[in-house]
Amino acid sequence: MADLTQSDGVLSATTSRQRPRIKLRHIADHAILMAGALLMVFPVVLVLMTTSFSDADIAKHGLQLGFEGNMLENFEAAMFEASGFTKTITGTRMLMNSMILGLGFAIGKIVISMMAAYAIVYFRLRFATFAFWIIFTTLLLPLEVRILPSYEAIQSLGLANTYTGLIVPLIASATGTFFFRQFFRSIPEELVEAARIDGAGPVKFFIDILVPLSRTMIAAIFIIMFVYGWNQYLWPTLITTDEGLFTLVRGIKQIVQVLSQTGAMIPEYGKALALSLIAMIPPVLIVIFFQSWFVKGLTESDK
Amino acid sequence: MKRAGFTTVWLPVALLLPQLMIIAIFFYWPAAWAVQSSFYLQDPFGFGSTFVGVENYTDLMTNSEYGKVARFTLIYTVLVTFFSLALALLLAVKADKVIRGAKSYRTLLMWVYAIAPPVAGFLGLMFFDQRNGPLTEMFQFFGWEFRLGADFNSTATAMVIVAVWKQIPVNFIFFLSGLQSIPKAVREAALIDNRSATGRFWDVTFPLLAPTAFFLLIINITYALFDTFGIVDTLVRSEPGNNPVTLVYKVFVDGFRGNDLGGSSAQSVILMILVLVLTVFQFRLIERRIHYT
Repeated sequence: MADLTQSDGVLSATTSRQRPRIKLRHIADHAILMAGALLMVFPVVLVLMTTSFSDADIAKHGLQLGFEGNMLENFEAAMFEASGFTKTITGTRMLMNSMILGLGFAIGKIVISMMAAYAIVYFRLRFATFAFWIIFTTLLLPLEVRILPSYEAIQSLGLANTYTGLIVPLIASATGTFFFRQFFRSIPEELVEAARIDGAGPVKFFIDILVPLSRTMIAAIFIIMFVYGWNQYLWPTLITTDEGLFTLVRGIKQIVQVLSQTGAMIPEYGKALALSLIAMIPPVLIVIFFQSWFVKGLTESDK
Repeated sequence: MKRAGFTTVWLPVALLLPQLMIIAIFFYWPAAWAVQSSFYLQDPFGFGSTFVGVENYTDLMTNSEYGKVARFTLIYTVLVTFFSLALALLLAVKADKVIRGAKSYRTLLMWVYAIAPPVAGFLGLMFFDQRNGPLTEMFQFFGWEFRLGADFNSTATAMVIVAVWKQIPVNFIFFLSGLQSIPKAVREAALIDNRSATGRFWDVTFPLLAPTAFFLLIINITYALFDTFGIVDTLVRSEPGNNPVTLVYKVFVDGFRGNDLGGSSAQSVILMILVLVLTVFQFRLIERRIHYT
């Protein structure tokens, strides 16, 4: 892409009259990009600024530009003050639950799908193709579609309000398996031949060769899955009625309900906005800091 | 399967077992249960159920409420897909062109990917607040009495705006990576043949991006249908009432609030068929996408 613009420059230099026109176009490009960036960033910045106001101010004027002195107080309340209907859950606890869900989901999914993909690709198994199709079919139905029966299944297994019930059903989709299958198939055949000649068994080959080779892929998939798990809403809403198990994203529903109540008290807007920001920070930081892995994972796995 | 694969039998079975068990319990069982209960009418008080054949389906087809939700879902999906694809394409083309600040733009335009839909919906609630939301004030300035949660069109507009905002980053990332995979030689050849940037875009770049765009089309339809649940739920404050809702939201409301298991299951099955069609379509496109790039 650099070459394209450079050669553009060369062309324009030959006819000096065209130069300003091209510069103008560059300015237009930047203006569009800046407008786009502003569209993405401004809403969140405005919310961040608003957390520095007092609840009464926010109740009266809504979202506001500027800085007041209440930010620390609002974030402190969001993290440490118990909230919800039963007053049992703090932001810290929700943060922990979100971490458990995000990490548990990402790690569980990677482990299970790597194992399954390894079995399908590297073993002469009569029912390998059949197993692949059984797993593959799960790609067809998102959890949202089969939400009611899944809920019933969890209920009858007695897994409602447990971390297991929260995490495991989300793993029941083949995205990871499909992805690792594609990746394993792209690894040269000679590798497994050489390993066998050297006397490596299937377990040794997997742990000493395949897993280290997949490191980048694992990292990429991990980021996608962590964000996906962290951001789950519908499933946690159904399966966790016990406030002690609420995640930050699940907590949003509670916040909306509390803010919608019309009472004499001023709703705790500052705290609510701070909580919504805390719910974004971990996944946003991961996506920003591990951007190249994230983009790789997204564009190569989401097929 | 690799030619030189291992021949052990117990190990692959053991490796496959966890995945197969999870999908059996949490996927096949629920899915089968949904299909089965879509043919039954459950007693509202939980005393058994009676077989009613396809009555749940025929009820849905003649139900004007369901028709209304289906129509809204269609319009909503078209609008969300169109605007998020168009804006993302514009931004990706520009981000692909600039040299200075390219990386910063990329980061600024994609980080919203990590925000959960309900969190985006909550921001929407603040922006479209009845009394002092900045966007409500803007609409009022232009003479539109915007009332989120009370007026059908207002709520629908807010849903589309929030859903588009949340979806631009994904489309942007895919379009940008699609643009960057266009070979340099092709671009340079195009530059010689066609001096007009707009002409170059429509004649060369756009056709080369078409596979990515088709693929994204499916992704966006699926997003609008299913992943926006959190946005819908927060923007209507969990009180559907007279507000527009999507088909998935109706499955949830009928099943969990209305206790209409049969009707909700029938809706699930209809959605399953819809996803099935979309996925088959998507995989045929992926095959083609591989040939293109």
